[in-house]
Amino acid sequence: MNSRTLASATGLIVFLLIWEAIARSGVVAPTLLPAPSVLPGALISEVSLGFWHAMVLASMEHYLIGLFLGSLLGIACGMAVALFPRVDATQAWLARVLRPIPPLAWIPFAIIWFGVSQSAAAFIISIGIFWINYFAALTAVEAVDKELIELSNAFGHRSFFARLVKVILPGAAPGILGGFRAGLGMGWMTVVAAELFGITGIGSRMMEAAGLLATEVVIVYMLTIAFLYAVSDTVFVRVRDRLLQWQQ
Amino acid sequence: MAAIVQIDNLVAAFDARGEPAGSPVFANLDLTIERGEFVTLVGPSGAGKSTLLRIIADLMPARDGTVHKTMQQSPQRRPIAMVFQEARLMPWRRVRDNVAFGLEGLRLDAAERNQRVDDVLRLVGLADFGDRWPYELSGGQRQRVGIARALAVDPDLLLMDEPFGALDAITRQTLQDELLRIWHETGKSVLFVTHDIDEAVYLGDRVLLLGGTPATITQSYDIAAGRPRRRDQEQITEAVTRVKRGLSQTFEGGAGI
Repeated sequence: MNSRTLASATGLIVFLLIWEAIARSGVVAPTLLPAPSVLPGALISEVSLGFWHAMVLASMEHYLIGLFLGSLLGIACGMAVALFPRVDATQAWLARVLRPIPPLAWIPFAIIWFGVSQSAAAFIISIGIFWINYFAALTAVEAVDKELIELSNAFGHRSFFARLVKVILPGAAPGILGGFRAGLGMGWMTVVAAELFGITGIGSRMMEAAGLLATEVVIVYMLTIAFLYAVSDTVFVRVRDRLLQWQQ
Repeated sequence: MAAIVQIDNLVAAFDARGEPAGSPVFANLDLTIERGEFVTLVGPSGAGKSTLLRIIADLMPARDGTVHKTMQQSPQRRPIAMVFQEARLMPWRRVRDNVAFGLEGLRLDAAERNQRVDDVLRLVGLADFGDRWPYELSGGQRQRVGIARALAVDPDLLLMDEPFGALDAITRQTLQDELLRIWHETGKSVLFVTHDIDEAVYLGDRVLLLGGTPATITQSYDIAAGRPRRRDQEQITEAVTRVKRGLSQTFEGGAGI
């Protein structure tokens, strides 16, 4: 274990110890701040009652659908804007109007359009992810080295499709994957918020638990989100590093 | 010998977007390159040396004049290949795949393609480097890959745009000698642009001076020295002096400043 890992572990342990000490001191009521030591019990209980994996699976489904649609459409639209001046001109004001609207502001329409359903949650999640990928792909394609496009022409690859596949996609890949990764994190943030309104998932379970003042259950799910984010980010970084092994 | 490229009355002018417009970069430019000939082109910055290469390679339109190319058309070759100053490798392709870039789209099966790549990598002395990434190479090695990529398509004419300009002096000399060896072995015609007069004289059968506003070919020097050459042999040093004198006259004529 190197010194950095040691310091990181120490920081986390000290944090947990202080938290435990405050919770046990009686300064605050256990419902306001449950001690970390009660969390494993709460987790075991959620798992054995079958809630934990049901909620995680439900949220995962919203998340994955939202991630897939948001990323795919975001990357496709962002690239189209960067590649075609006509599309670029068309989107300029439109993006300026729609972009600043936070994903959660779409919740009323999501419920009116889709009802309190899986689709509504996926829709809300996809909106935030869409914009992140849209701007990342747009910037990445615009930043592709023009000299490599000239190179491509010089060696006989002059069609739009050849240029796209041989130069633009690989050249923009680091930026596009960077946007996808940011969207990956953004998705977990919105998933809970989207479910707070009763769509079954981690968010709705947290609201139920909060209503019963079962705050230790709330924390179990807060940490579950952190865990799911860490897992998805770690897996993605592995994949990305493999795809981008040509980078120094 | 037969001309491989014959350029008559070429006029080039373009705006910032590369479209033909504005005042001419060069005008009434005539140039003939014989098959198998090594022609070097020197001149002040802005005289349009790179532009001329790009027009020959169909990367830019000319405003006027004719570029007549006599080259063998074949689905297994590309008649013209270019070597750029900054090697211009695709960082996401391994050395082999960079070399194979121009081969994609030609009528070659996988075995033939691999054979070509192996051959040219051996020719530039990088036989064992095929699986490296570009970032793992030195500047000189990167430039060798750029040369191999151009040779792989088996061109009649090699256009070289200051290919050694960014290299240190020792690497540059090594690559000059290797280029001469490759040229000797393959018999390609070469049009080589450089800022370096010593380089132009040492490499070229003929040194062309591009100068004036708008620029044109102001001088053509036949380099009498046979091959192989030595950098310090009299015909070389003498020719360097002559070309330098010619270039300073071109400058005094008001070009390119």
